[in-house]
Amino acid sequence: MEPLTFFLVLFAGSVVAGGLGALLGTGGGVIIVPMLTLMAGLNIHYAIGASIVSVIATSSGAAATYVRDQITNLRLGMFLEMATTTGAVVGALVAGLLPGRVLSAIFGLMLAHAAWTMIRSPWEELPSGVEGSPLATRLRLHGAYYDAALRRRVDYRLTGVPQGFGMMWLAGLISGLLGIGSGVFKVIAMDIMMRAPMKVSTTTSNFMIGVTAAASAGIYFLRGDIHPFIAAPVALGVLLGTVGGTHLLLRLRSTAIRKVFLALLIVIAAQMIWRGITGAVR
Amino acid sequence: MSGPQGETAGQEGVAPLTRMELVISYGLRIGVLVSAAIVSIGVLWMAATRDTGYANILPHHLRDMLTFHQTSGPGYFPTSLAAVVRGAAAGRPYAVIGLGMLLLIATPVVRVALSVFFFLAQRDWLYVGITLLVLGVLLVSLFSGIG
Repeated sequence: MEPLTFFLVLFAGSVVAGGLGALLGTGGGVIIVPMLTLMAGLNIHYAIGASIVSVIATSSGAAATYVRDQITNLRLGMFLEMATTTGAVVGALVAGLLPGRVLSAIFGLMLAHAAWTMIRSPWEELPSGVEGSPLATRLRLHGAYYDAALRRRVDYRLTGVPQGFGMMWLAGLISGLLGIGSGVFKVIAMDIMMRAPMKVSTTTSNFMIGVTAAASAGIYFLRGDIHPFIAAPVALGVLLGTVGGTHLLLRLRSTAIRKVFLALLIVIAAQMIWRGITGAVR
Repeated sequence: MSGPQGETAGQEGVAPLTRMELVISYGLRIGVLVSAAIVSIGVLWMAATRDTGYANILPHHLRDMLTFHQTSGPGYFPTSLAAVVRGAAAGRPYAVIGLGMLLLIATPVVRVALSVFFFLAQRDWLYVGITLLVLGVLLVSLFSGIG
């Protein structure tokens, strides 16, 4: 393939990845990594480097909008970030000791279970009947935002703090171990376990994935995994894509976002189970 | 549909943005725009000169460009802060792209650092502590790679 064609196709794919990532609170690696593998049969190191760049670009590009619109729950993100970072450190430490194949299959099955839970759950626009746990109150995790699609202020209360924290720790562990898929675990933890509104879950996950990725990005850069010819179209494309993704998030109904998220969840679950069966890990 | 009232409805927040939130929002926007501009300059410079700055000419084959872990030749690019800064100062396209990339990587770190001040301004000591902890882990893992 011609370098110029490669550059342009990668740029276009990254626009889509950035848009989806900003909407769903995930990094866009699901789109970019298979693309790189298909187009250039690329070394996995460059693929992971590109994935890290796409995560940071999605997070920072979208955050500029979400901070102003006050949808991201900064306290929730910062509190859960403690679990993610420690989980990631443990994951990186034990990466060589645990069978990646088995883990991939287990986490894939966990995601499949989460998808099933989402399908069976009542498709409400906003979570209803959430009492709000005393622990969440003590940690000041409850919040409010203005929903442009509903044209009203949404007040929400959170629950299930220990479960959410545990799930976040697992999300960090997975990103340290397998380098992928931590965004979906973050959204699931906030959506299913802590009962946050969908928009709060995806934007807060969006904030968190950038912080987590930045922690390891320095190491990848020095290792030479972030190639300028790959990183440039990914970063520029993703940043452009986030402009569209953030506008979509503000205007779409939460039920619509949940449907797109569910589709992504099923794809990633299948990907991870497939990796477990075929052994194509790292 | 696009009446003046409909436009302002979407901008309405739950509470007025605090000064710190404005600083964080503008800081993020400037960081992202400047890094995108620097990367674009590097790309355009590379296209105009048909040179990456680390080989005599832009390779025609993707395979030559993306050879893994070369220390010289057509696939080579700078991987340390010092090499990036030196190369960018010398106007080498790959180093200019690398500079934009490092700035992009720094934006989430700066955001967490600014959040410390956000919670300080609210006198929310619990979250000042939590944010400092996150910032500490972040900086340690960033620099443990360099050390």
